[in-house]
Amino acid sequence: MIIQDDKEQSQRFMRLERPSDDTVLMRLCGTWKIGQNLPSALDVYEQIAIHTRIKTIIFDSTDLGSWDSTLLTFLIRIIELCGEKGITVERGGLPTGVQKLLSLAMEALEKKALHKEETPGPFLARIGEITLNITQSAAGMFAFIGEATTAFIRLIMGRARFRSSDMVLTIQECGPQALPIVSLISALVGVIVAFVGIIQLRLFGAEIYIANVVGIAMAREMGALMTAIIMMGRTGAAFAAQLGTMEVNEEIDALKTLGISPMEFLVMPRIIALVLMMPLLCLYSDIVGILGGAVIGIGMFDLSITQYYDQTLHALNLTHFSIGIIKSAVFAVLIALSGCYYGIHCGRSASSVGDATTSAVVTGIVLIVVADGIFAIITNALWI
Amino acid sequence: MTEQGKPTIRDAAHITVRDVTMAYGNYVVMKDINFTINRGEIFVVMGGSGCGKSTLMKIMLGLKSPEKGQILYNGLNFWEADEPVRNEILKHVGILYQRGALWSSMTLAENVALPLEEYTDMSRTQIREIVSFKLSLVGLAGFESFYPSELSGGMIKRAALARAMALDPEILFFDEPSAGLDPISARLLDDLILELRESLQTTVVVVSHELESILAIGDNSIFLDADTRTMIASGNPRTMLKESRNPKVCAFLTRGKAGCSDTPGETL
Repeated sequence: MIIQDDKEQSQRFMRLERPSDDTVLMRLCGTWKIGQNLPSALDVYEQIAIHTRIKTIIFDSTDLGSWDSTLLTFLIRIIELCGEKGITVERGGLPTGVQKLLSLAMEALEKKALHKEETPGPFLARIGEITLNITQSAAGMFAFIGEATTAFIRLIMGRARFRSSDMVLTIQECGPQALPIVSLISALVGVIVAFVGIIQLRLFGAEIYIANVVGIAMAREMGALMTAIIMMGRTGAAFAAQLGTMEVNEEIDALKTLGISPMEFLVMPRIIALVLMMPLLCLYSDIVGILGGAVIGIGMFDLSITQYYDQTLHALNLTHFSIGIIKSAVFAVLIALSGCYYGIHCGRSASSVGDATTSAVVTGIVLIVVADGIFAIITNALWI
Repeated sequence: MTEQGKPTIRDAAHITVRDVTMAYGNYVVMKDINFTINRGEIFVVMGGSGCGKSTLMKIMLGLKSPEKGQILYNGLNFWEADEPVRNEILKHVGILYQRGALWSSMTLAENVALPLEEYTDMSRTQIREIVSFKLSLVGLAGFESFYPSELSGGMIKRAALARAMALDPEILFFDEPSAGLDPISARLLDDLILELRESLQTTVVVVSHELESILAIGDNSIFLDADTRTMIASGNPRTMLKESRNPKVCAFLTRGKAGCSDTPGETL
């Protein structure tokens, strides 16, 4: 039934006839426009290909109404399929417009075939290729770190060239302007840690120790980690997008041809700004987080303010804070490096800026978490 | 590259490109490029899209290293020189990029001033004066404190030209100078290029496929071909238009009207 319908449907657009034993005549009729239920080229081809003796297809388009590219794509597909089977397609019976467009399109298709030599190789070859790519990008990253180091040395020796106004602007962007979001996230993290901890501690009637939990967690771990992740998403992504856009606009080329190293002029101020600001943000985040925890401890679980304050002071010492602050400085370098690396190595199209930003954020966050893990192992081994 | 003892006469070789081959891995982008640009000449690198014009320019400017071959500036081998020497060479080169490539975080004045700050010991007031002069030269007087994002494409291009001319370079590179400009601005830019050559003896290298401008300003040229990946013709573009027998060159110079063989893939 359905097949019947299909056949009737397709008869509105074309009919197949066999004027001689080895020839098929395709009578095109009706309106071939986008959005109509047109016959599929594969079905039509199969109808033709059942008869093995057919050598030629000819067309009659006297009844053909208006048409658009749907007719062309249909015909191109038929020509391709028949070409594989060695059936000749005589285009003489088609309207002249169709013939011209077809020859244009077929020429372009052949050219494309010439240019496209990249067939996916065998499985092992692809693995090899991926491995080579990974080694290459790792080498690129190390080269970048090396360049950054030499630029830093030149900076210390006072020979690096960059505009201090740029650095002040970057400091403004990645310092004070990040305060609102850091406040919000840190306060909430403090609240969450307090909730999770206090419910457990309550079982032992040790609610007061929530001050220790929140204080140590914020100072050693969460303050640095949360600011790092916020800053990666906020500033690291911005670095990648800024430098990527500069690369797309040839602005980085313009610097290079002026003999100015983009490493000194663009990357250094960003790394330095972030390294200066991140520890401060981290300290701020610690304090806001502890306050957030205190709100829960005092407001909801009947601890007094002085109790909580004393307990926090008792629990915390400079070591806890300095671990967090040192971490955040390291995270700052990782954030700035991955943001700038992907920005500078961005491709030349608008979409590559997006790709660069994505890669920067993903790599940055992975690096941050890995570095945090390494810190955990080191501090554990050193008993601090 | 220092000027000491160098005669600044015309017709002395200023830039020589010798046997340059450019490749990405095994994929050869172009090969066997040889030409000489004389001092005070307007030299056009032309060819269809994707023939490697811009790549060639990047090699000449030190942005991409060639697979093999040499680029000589006043006889000095650019790619074998140390970085300070290269920077010294590039100091005498001004570049107008296709879309201007102004530094978007800086005002026009800062953009034009940066090369001056980098390479001269001029005082701030001196620099400011030169910047205003250069900007007025390209018709942008009074736009000193504007950011590139506040300007139209044509204005950005003119400001970029002011930046390229900041250090009064001996050589000016133009990457598709008329791209994105209206016909009148494009014509004015051509006039400006001719004017610069006349008044300052600047050597001008233009990468372009804009026929009218090529024929109007070019003294000498090479034609790069995408299919054979090398240069297939060289000489004065107007002479080429009259005399070239190469169907591709003829087709290009006449917008496909004459000399266009039926088989576009074929070369002489």
